[in-house]
Amino acid sequence: MTSDSVMRSQPVALVDLLDRLLGTGVVITGEVTLSIAGVDLVYISLRALVASASTVAPRQP
Amino acid sequence: MSDGVWLHAVARDLEPGAVDGLVGVAGGAVRTLAAGALAAAVCPVDLAEFGEEALRRNLEDLAWLDRAARAHHAVVAALAREHAVVPARLATVYHDDAGVLEMLRQRREELEAVLDRVGGRAEWGVKMYAEPPASPAGEPSGPSAGRPGTAYLERRRARLAADDVWRLRAAEGAEATHLALAADAAAARRHPPQDRRLTGRAETMVLNGAYLIDRGRSGPFADLVAAQAARHAELSLELTGPWPPYSFTGTEPAPP
Repeated sequence: MTSDSVMRSQPVALVDLLDRLLGTGVVITGEVTLSIAGVDLVYISLRALVASASTVAPRQP
Repeated sequence: MSDGVWLHAVARDLEPGAVDGLVGVAGGAVRTLAAGALAAAVCPVDLAEFGEEALRRNLEDLAWLDRAARAHHAVVAALAREHAVVPARLATVYHDDAGVLEMLRQRREELEAVLDRVGGRAEWGVKMYAEPPASPAGEPSGPSAGRPGTAYLERRRARLAADDVWRLRAAEGAEATHLALAADAAAARRHPPQDRRLTGRAETMVLNGAYLIDRGRSGPFADLVAAQAARHAELSLELTGPWPPYSFTGTEPAPP
């Protein structure tokens, strides 16, 4: 494998984006969403993703 | 109606015009709010769609989540190309400009520290996948010497042992790769491996790493990734990036 083949650019996957947008430590907290705890936000979003993925491609046994 | 303010990112020393042409998460123009050297890139949002109750509902709507995450990312990524930025987590919403400015003043020291850490650097993602063994190796074919029940138990034991060995070796390969990449990074952290239902791949993800790399060293880092891929041929490896430094904006520097 060359670095070129490793670095080929691909569209950003939503799941990679959500790892970063929801699953990381945060220095800034907003006012409106304070009562949505970080864990809840991740949970809600990933549940939406998994629910969607399950309907598109049922998990193989 | 716009009665809320969505925060995209905080940056330092933004020149006038830095956000010109950028479109915010709700379709409105991105603008800046400055407090000293710090500036927040914000856009107007309607609390009927972006308020607390609405967010609870909308974050469960995959189409809405996809659109919001990508729109937020587009603004953060555009700013991160030329500036050190502290990206805001998705759905960081304020009632008004005064709330954002108050946050900038209250968190100034932490924000400055994060900007110092991520300035001139970009995040790269490295994921590794392991393919489970298709069938246990060394399974005897033909009639077994022992009784049928014994042969079954032996086969089952061999299969479990092969599975344990595979898991252990995959975990070791992931750990060795992460340590090698982290040694080359200003900071590193591991996200939880993604569920197979989300990756769409048959293999199991064993590493979901993020690495903060000096901008001038992205080439050598990619070479190092390629070398790790060659060293662990039994694992497949995927590099993503450059990302804005999303994984490195917590208050504590991430240990390798």
